[in-house]
This record gives sequence, structure tokens and C-alpha cells, in this order.
Amino acid sequence: MNLKPETTEKIDKLVPRYPTKRSAALPLCHLVQEDQGYLSNEAIEWIAQRLELEPINIQEIVTFYPMLRTEPTGKYHVRVCRTLPCALAGAYQTCHRLEKELNVEVGHTSEDGLVTLEYVECHADCGRAPVVMVGEEEYTDIDPDKAGELAAKMKSGELSDGMPD
Amino acid sequence: MAHEETRLIMKYADEPGYTNDIDCYLKHGGYEELKKAVTMKPEDICAEVMDSGVRGRGGAGFPAGMKWKFLDRKSGKPIYLVCNADESEPGTFKDRQIIHKDPHQLIEGMMIAAYAIQAKLAFIYIRGEFFQGYRILEKAIEEAREKNFLGDNILDSGYSCDIIVHRGAGAYICGEETGLIESLEGFRANPRIKPPYFPAALGLYQCPTIVNNVETLCDVKHVVAMGGKEFAKIGTPGNTGTRTWCVSGHVMKPGYYEFACADITLGELIYDVCGGLKPGRKLKAVIPGGSSSKILRADERFTGKLKDGTEYDWGIEDIPMDFDSLMAVGSMSGSGGVIVMDDSTDMVEALANINYFYAHESCGQCTPCREGVPWMRKITQRMVDGEAREEDADLLNSIADQIAGRTICAFGEAASWPVQSFIAKFKDEFVEKAREQAARRKEGEKTAKETTLI
Repeated sequence: MNLKPETTEKIDKLVPRYPTKRSAALPLCHLVQEDQGYLSNEAIEWIAQRLELEPINIQEIVTFYPMLRTEPTGKYHVRVCRTLPCALAGAYQTCHRLEKELNVEVGHTSEDGLVTLEYVECHADCGRAPVVMVGEEEYTDIDPDKAGELAAKMKSGELSDGMPD
Repeated sequence: MAHEETRLIMKYADEPGYTNDIDCYLKHGGYEELKKAVTMKPEDICAEVMDSGVRGRGGAGFPAGMKWKFLDRKSGKPIYLVCNADESEPGTFKDRQIIHKDPHQLIEGMMIAAYAIQAKLAFIYIRGEFFQGYRILEKAIEEAREKNFLGDNILDSGYSCDIIVHRGAGAYICGEETGLIESLEGFRANPRIKPPYFPAALGLYQCPTIVNNVETLCDVKHVVAMGGKEFAKIGTPGNTGTRTWCVSGHVMKPGYYEFACADITLGELIYDVCGGLKPGRKLKAVIPGGSSSKILRADERFTGKLKDGTEYDWGIEDIPMDFDSLMAVGSMSGSGGVIVMDDSTDMVEALANINYFYAHESCGQCTPCREGVPWMRKITQRMVDGEAREEDADLLNSIADQIAGRTICAFGEAASWPVQSFIAKFKDEFVEKAREQAARRKEGEKTAKETTLI
């Protein structure tokens, strides 16, 4: 598997820090996912081999943790918090606006590959609800109007994809 | 008049010009307590924590000193310290603030705790969604290592300990301490049955392990600073120190506010501190300690006797915000997440929203939880979708009764308590909705979905 040299370097440094190799499974899933965009079967096998585990040991993790993905996302990975404090502040209306503006149904990737829109559980910033994340970037107090502005910036490419360079 | 906060943990967090780098922290007296701690005997620090009476800020409110006392020190196995930073109880957002704004306070608290329990290695299990928090902690740990506040031979004390920041990946159950340990070991976060797996005896890698919340570990620093007995003077006996209340929902000024335990009532918090409700609205209900805590109805009255024999007769606004008072009124202070709902809230929708969360987050290990929680979700979803039945309220309650107390971990209770309390206090709304919908169905009217919370 072709990982970026910096990813391989991070993995090589990280694994020996843990008292057992298996403990490094989740961090490795994160690193490979960041590198590849998602966790393919090949990636799962590679991680298992690196940690001297069976592929099923990684597969069971990948299917348990919601942040681990087996499919790539669109350029913008948009996560709308739908838990009670955000919902009380209007998260559903915010998400419906994003659906409309971006022409994508929540839970899906737009046909042009620009956006993946998802509901997620609590983002732990309930005092500034509704909370929307784009990549790793958090946007707070996002009412439908602000959601419209975010969507416009995504469509024009002005908005950062929220991923570290 | 607005109440004065007692800021201990959040003292500098929002001070203009206060940054999260180590130089700023050192300028504000940072790491002085760690310097003091490494000259003390570890058992003396444990005794101070015991004297302080500080109770865990993660949810259960168990005395931290007692937890440390249960540590199996004779096993000969390495001891581990784990900071639980998997903040994911809906309504709670205090740990995020500490991590973002004052990460060195957490690191200092952790290193004091690690020294006190003589941990070989420490972990911060941070929720995966805290991307920025993770980077802030990594940087802060590097800074602290350079100054020898962690790593080998800390401050020439002969004691060595490092911190690994470990990211979760979006599963709420990782906040349960044994689920967290399983996750940290590289497995699905299926909680372990207690006993025998009390982490203090059989924790990470089957070694003695202490798992404490972010805020609790910060408290340890302040216990060392002022001494356990002095710390215990903040708050009331049995409810010592401060608590950071995270207020969200239908208030004018949501946010986090730190008060000495019992120093403020729920009414003062909502009306004086958070600016009250939105214009023209009335208070309907409050969930006082994160979404799993039992809901309080605005017009309830609570009478009884506290542990110390004091009789009370409170309306919802009179409840002192502390562990025991909230327990006395049948709820809990939990993780400090106060969710306020005004009279615009549809309680069926609100419960449907909560049920969705718990159904999504059940680890699936125990049958009552795996099967029962999604069943409750389906029922409340059906009610929201216009197919409510009059017997649904009783059915929901009966399912919740069959989950609580029948699972390996407290998730079963966390998922059942909202259902039981919503039905106990708002059954009329559930029944009314069912009747209305039945009447509409009889008339052949379409029940258009007009929900806002799910």
C-alpha cells in the first residue's frame, strides 16, 4: 500500500510507544484513513499485518467506530450535530438548508463528489449550538442562513475543506 | 442580581490574553504544584485528595480519593493513569474548554495524580471529534516534556512518566471507564463486568488503573495547592469544590459557568446567570446533568430530608446545584450538562431525539440494551411520524424498566432514565398526542410530519 512517507514515519514512531501493539490499532486506523481518505480492505489488511493481528481484528474496529469509514467522502465532509441541545437550537432546519443548497440528501455524497453530508451525535459544544463540522473545522451557532452562506462558499470553492495541510 | 462565579478550574480560561502555551501558563504560576508534589510522599498526596472530598466530575460523582484507595498497589504490575476526555454526554462541553484553553492545567493535574498513584504511563483518551483539542494537547505535552514536567526523571525527582494522547473514533460508550479501557487496548469498546473488572484492580492490560475525568484531574492540582482540608471548605460537606455547569437549550445566554457546589440554585443559574428564557416563553423542563439524567418538570415540588437530616420543600428553581440535592430530587448532577426546555418543546419529540442518540450508541453487547433501546427509539419515532398509540407510553416505560439494572454497564440506565422520567412526568402529553393522531387517522387526514427535533 502506498502511504505517504510522513504517515509511515508517524506510524513507526507511534507503535513502539504503546505497551502492546494492538493498542495502536485505533491510532493507526486514523492515520491511514487521513492518508487514504478511507479504510479500504487493503488498508485494513495492511494495518493488521503491521500490528501482527488478523484482518478481522481491524475489521471489527472499523465497523464499530462511526468515525472510521470504508468509503471515501466528498471534498467537503460536512457533519451536522443532531443531538438534543443542537436540535433545540435548530440543527434539523440547518441540515435541511444544507441539503437544499448543496443538492444532497443527508447521509449521502453529492453526485458531483463535492459534499458528503451526515448527521452525527453530540459534538460537545452544546453552548454554541447548532454545531456543524466541515472536515476538522468546527462552525458554531449555524442557523439556516449561516448554513446557506457555508453552502455557497463550498460551491464556489472559497471554503477550506477543513483538513490539515 | 447575577451571581458571582467561583472560578477555580476556569480561572484563567477566558481571561483576555491568556493563551494555551506553556510560557503563559508558567507566568500564571503553572507547574508550581507539580514541583511541590514531587517533594511530597505519594501517599500524602492521596491523603490530601481523600481529605478534599472531591467527587468525580465525569458523571457518577464517586469520591476520587476513595477510587485511588482501591488501587491494587501490591500486585507488582505496572500502574496506569487514564484521563477520560471522551466528553460525549449530550449537553456537556466543559472538558473541551479546559483542553482548548488551559491544557497545561490538565497535564499538571495528571502528572500530580500519576505521581501520587505511581503510574508507569498515563493516557489521555480524547474523543475523536476533538481534532483541535488533540493537536493542542500534543503541542502542550511536547512543551511540558522539554521543561521536564513529564518524561524521564521529572524535575530530578527520580520519577518518570509519559503521557500518550489517544484518539477515540466517535463512540459514546468509550466514556464508560471499562469500555474506554477496551478501546484503548485496541478492541471494540464493550464494557467489562464489574466485579471483577474494577479498573483499580484489573484495568488497562489487566493492571491496576485509575480512570479520572478531565475536570477531576484539574481539581487534583488545586487540592495540592490549597491542601485537602482547605479545598473541602469550598462547597458544602460531601459536595466539595466547584462545578462547571454547561447550560444549553432555550436560554438567552447558554455557556459554561463555574460555581462552588451548592452555591447557586437551578433557578438562579437559568434566570440570573443565563439571562432567562427566550422572550415570551415559560420554563417547561430541565435535564440537569446531561441527557441521561432524569428530567425535572418546571411545576414539580420536591419535599424530603437530605442526608444530614435537613428537611426541604423546593420548587424546581430552589434546587441547590450540587451532587446530593440533585440526587434528592430524583435526578443527578451527572456530567454537569444542564439542558433547558421552554414551553415550545414537544416532549415526545425531545424523547425521540434522546432515544435516537442512545439507540445509536449502544455497544450491542447486552441483549436488553441492544434490543430494547432501538425498540424504544422505534416507538418514539413512530409517535413523531403520526402513528402514536395510546398504550405507547406504558409500553415505553415497561421496556425501560426491563433494560435498567440488567446490563453490564450503566448505559442501560442512561438510556432508560430519560424514558422513565419523561413518561412519569409528561405522560399526559404522550397520551394526548396518541389521541390526536388517532382522531386524525380516523378522519382520514394525513398526519404531515412537522417535527423540529428529530
